[in-house]
Amino acid sequence: MISIFPSLLNGAVITLKLLASSMFFGLLIGLLFAILRINKNPIINKFAYGYSYFFRGTPLLVQLYLIYYGLANIEFLRNSFLWVIIREPYWCAIIAFSLNTGAYTSEILRSAFQTIKEGYIEAAQSLGVTKKITFYKIQIPIAIKQSLPAYGNEIILMLKGTSLASVITIMDLMGEARKVNVLTFKPFEAFITAGIIYLFLTFIIHNIVKYLEKKYGFQT
Amino acid sequence: MELLSFGDTGWGDELFFATLMTIAVSIGAMAIGFLFALIFTPLKLSKNKTLNIIGNCYTTIIRGVPELLVIYLLFFGGTGAAMYVASIFGYDGYIEINAFITGALAIGIISGAYSTEVFRGAILSIDKGQFEASKVLGLKKNIQFYKVILPQMLRLSIPNLSNVWQITLKDTSLISVTGLVEIMRQSYIAAGSTRDPLFFYSVAAVLYLILTFLSMKIINKLEVRYNKGF
Repeated sequence: MISIFPSLLNGAVITLKLLASSMFFGLLIGLLFAILRINKNPIINKFAYGYSYFFRGTPLLVQLYLIYYGLANIEFLRNSFLWVIIREPYWCAIIAFSLNTGAYTSEILRSAFQTIKEGYIEAAQSLGVTKKITFYKIQIPIAIKQSLPAYGNEIILMLKGTSLASVITIMDLMGEARKVNVLTFKPFEAFITAGIIYLFLTFIIHNIVKYLEKKYGFQT
Repeated sequence: MELLSFGDTGWGDELFFATLMTIAVSIGAMAIGFLFALIFTPLKLSKNKTLNIIGNCYTTIIRGVPELLVIYLLFFGGTGAAMYVASIFGYDGYIEINAFITGALAIGIISGAYSTEVFRGAILSIDKGQFEASKVLGLKKNIQFYKVILPQMLRLSIPNLSNVWQITLKDTSLISVTGLVEIMRQSYIAAGSTRDPLFFYSVAAVLYLILTFLSMKIINKLEVRYNKGF
C-alpha cells in the first residue's frame, strides 16, 4: 500500500497539470463562445450554439479519440507545423478537455449574462458609460461572480474527466493506478488508493471554490 | 459511404447493433440507478444520524471519484471477488463476469448517486402542507407516499432526471474500455481495421448526438404530460 503511493502521487501531479491547463484554455474558449452566443447575428449565434451542442451532446471519450486518432489521419495536418502538437497525447488531451469544458463554461457564462439585472445596465447607460465599458467593466465581472458555484462543479467534473487521459497512454493518476493493478494484480489497493486521492482533490477544490464564493460571491 | 453499408462489406449493421447495445446498457444502468436511489434517498432524508452519514457517503464518494475508476474497480475487482468467493466453495477456475452486467452495474451505481440527489431535492421542494394535509386526512403512511408524495416528486424531478439520463448515456461510452461492444467499442474496432479513425469516430459522435437529441424530444413530451394539471 505504501509502496505504490509515490507513483500515484506522481500521477496526481500530471492530473493536476492537465486540469489546470485545460481549465485555463477552457475558460478563454468559454468566455469567447458565451459572448458569441449572446450576439444578435443569427449565424454567429447558431455557430456558437452548434459548438456547445456538439461538445455537450457527445461523450468526452469520443472527442478525445477524434482528436488523438482522428486528426492524425488528415494528411494536411500531418505535414503542417501543427503535427508537433497533435502527435503528443498530452497536448491532444489538453485540446480535447479544453474544448469540452469550454462548451460547458460557455453555457454557464451565457446564463449568467442573461440573468444580469437590467437595472445595472440601465444605470450604466444613464451615467453615460459607453456600451463597451459597460460590457467589460460591469457585465463580465458580474457574470463571472454569478457563475462561481456552477463553475466550481465544472472544475470537479473536469477533474474526473482528466482520468480519461489514461486511455491515450498518459500516466496520470488513473494511468498509474492501472499500471499498479497490472503489475501487482491488486485491483482494490490500486483503485481505492487512487479513489482516495481523487476524493481528496475534489474536497480541496470544493473548499477553495466555497471560499472564493464567500469572498467574492455576488449577493443579490 | 460504402463503409456504412449493411452486410459483410460495411459496418452499418455492426454500428446499428452497437447503438442498440448502448441504449440497452443506458436503460439498464438507469434502472439500477433508480434502485440505488430508492434505497439511499430515504437514508439521506432520514433523521437518524448514522443512516444519514451512510447516505451522504454514497453520494459524495461516487460523485467525487472518476467514473472510469468505478468501472475499473468493478471490472477488475469484481472478477477477483467472485473468484475468491468461488474458491471458498472449492472452485478454482477462472470466472468471467459478463461485461454487460458489470458495465450496467458500474454506470448504475454512478447514475444512482445523481438520481438520489435529484429525488432528495424534489422531495424537499414539495410543499410542507402536502405532507400535513395527507396526515390530517388520516391516510396510511405508505398510501401517503404512493398517492401524494411520489407523483409530485416524479413531476418535480423530470427536468433534472433528464440531465441524469444524458450523463448516463454519455458515461456508457466508458464501458468500451472493458470490451463490451457498444458504439464506442465498435467504432474503435472499425477504425482499427479500416485505418480510418476520423470517419468512424465522427460517426460515433453523430450517433451519440442523435441519441441525445431524440431522448431530449421524448423527455420534453413527458414533461408536458406530467405538467398537465399545473
